[in-house]
This record gives sequence, structure tokens and C-alpha cells, in this order.
Amino acid sequence: MKLNKGSLFALLAVLELASDCTRQLSTTDIAEKYGISTHHLAKVMRNLVHAGLVQAVRGVGGGYRFAGNVGRTTLLDVIQLFETLESELDVPNHRSKAGEPIMAELQSITSEIDDLTKAVLDTITLETALKSTRHRAVAAAGAAGKKA
Amino acid sequence: MKNRVSIRNAMPSDLETIIALDEVGPEEEKPAYWRGIFDHYVKGGKKDRIFLVAEIAGEVVGFISGEIRAWEFGSPPCGWVFALAVSPETRGIGIAQRMFEEICKRLKQGRVTTVRTMVDRSNKATLSFFRSQGLRSGRYIELEKEID
Repeated sequence: MKLNKGSLFALLAVLELASDCTRQLSTTDIAEKYGISTHHLAKVMRNLVHAGLVQAVRGVGGGYRFAGNVGRTTLLDVIQLFETLESELDVPNHRSKAGEPIMAELQSITSEIDDLTKAVLDTITLETALKSTRHRAVAAAGAAGKKA
Repeated sequence: MKNRVSIRNAMPSDLETIIALDEVGPEEEKPAYWRGIFDHYVKGGKKDRIFLVAEIAGEVVGFISGEIRAWEFGSPPCGWVFALAVSPETRGIGIAQRMFEEICKRLKQGRVTTVRTMVDRSNKATLSFFRSQGLRSGRYIELEKEID
């Protein structure tokens, strides 16, 4: 699976904002933290606002704040704002009938993979992803402490 | 309300409540299945077979069941959770989490370090719950086919 940049930037932004729902961050804050394009992120943020996942706060010290439900919103909910996650088989237009069965089999296999991918992403809420992130950070800090 | 929840081993007298909590329509009720499970897991007295219930004010509001299985599919001993239910009225207050934590504790006492389960792909709520408890896709892949 290859996520497009829009999906990835959206996941980063949403997870960052959802990690502290009271906090406001600018696109620059988020872009700098993850080393991504501010310009591209700004476009992504507009889509997230339109979808109701984040809220734009205007004025001095303004920025964006998470506005969704961390326990209900899944990674798939965010990704599907930017792509369908359907595998693309670059099927030749002028193929003969004789090639149909193998083409159909390959499409069936990619469809099976797509279904599994969606089943995974649709059952990981932002809350679960953030919980795992925190565990990962604690484990990494523990490992670093042991090395020192 | 969460503090009023207590977890205990199931007793033979819980059978009817378990059947009622098992969310299936009247045509699909499977009392014979549950009677068999109770014979093996409740009355059997074996430490590696666990059947727990959650109670609030003396009323059973949920159950979880599992066991230690060894060498099936070539797997070293590990814990399996094969049934989990919480009454619709008491969902969202952490009962499933309490039961899952308790069964993991019991499984760990049986010297296993991994817990597994299997969930219908369309059962988003249960899948999301297990993911929130840290479960991920494991080493084994379930395969099936229609037998003509």
C-alpha cells in the first residue's frame, strides 16, 4: 500500500492535533515538526476543516484545533477524504478475450488485499493509534535510558 | 459505575444469563453450544480454561472466555480469547477492558506471553476494541473456501 501525500499529511496533522484537543497549532508548527511542505499541508487542512475533523481558529495565535471524535474517527475515515485505497491494475485496453481469466484472477487478488487493508485501517481509531504511539515513545525512552 | 464492576469466575448458575447476553436472535440461539462450553470451561475445573463474568450489583452484565492452546497450527502455547460480550446497556464504561485485563492476567499465570483472538471482519466494534487493547494482525492468516 502506498498512501498519497495528502493522506499522510492529513494523518500526521489529525493525530498531532488529536493528541491534545485543547491545543491550537498552525500549519507551520505541524509542517516543521514532521518536515513536510507547509504549502501542501495548508491545502490538506482545508479539506480536514471541510470534513469537520479540524476547526480553523482565526486571529492572533490562531491555527487549527481538533474537532472530531478521537474514539470514533478511524484512520480510514481520514484517508478516504483523500483517496479510495483501491489497488490500480494498469489493465491494457486492447487485450484479447483469452487473457480475461488471468486478468480477472489478478483483480480478485488485489481486491482481497484492498479489503484486508481497509479492515485494518477502519478499526484503528485515532485514540488507539495515539495510545500505541505513547507506548512506543515510553518504550523508546526506556531503551535509551538503558543504553545510557 | 465502572468502580462497581466486579469480575469473577463464571458459575453453573450463570448459564442462562450468558445465553441471553450472547447477541443472537431467537432462531440462532445456541444453548447447546453454551452448555457444552460450561461443561468444559466452568465445571471442568481446569486452570487453562477460563470463563469470567462481569457483575454490577449482583447482575451479570458481561462475559469473556478463553484458554491456553498449544501446538495447534504449529503455534507454541498461547492464550486464545474466543468469546466476549457486554450487555448493550452497560457498554462504554470499560467493562470489556476490565474482563480482558483479567483474562490476560490469568493467561499469563499459565505462562503464556501471547493472546490471540479471531473476529468477523464486519464486526467493527469488537475489532476496534481488541485493537484498542493493543492487539495487531498476528503471524497466522486465516484462510477459507466454500466447499461445493
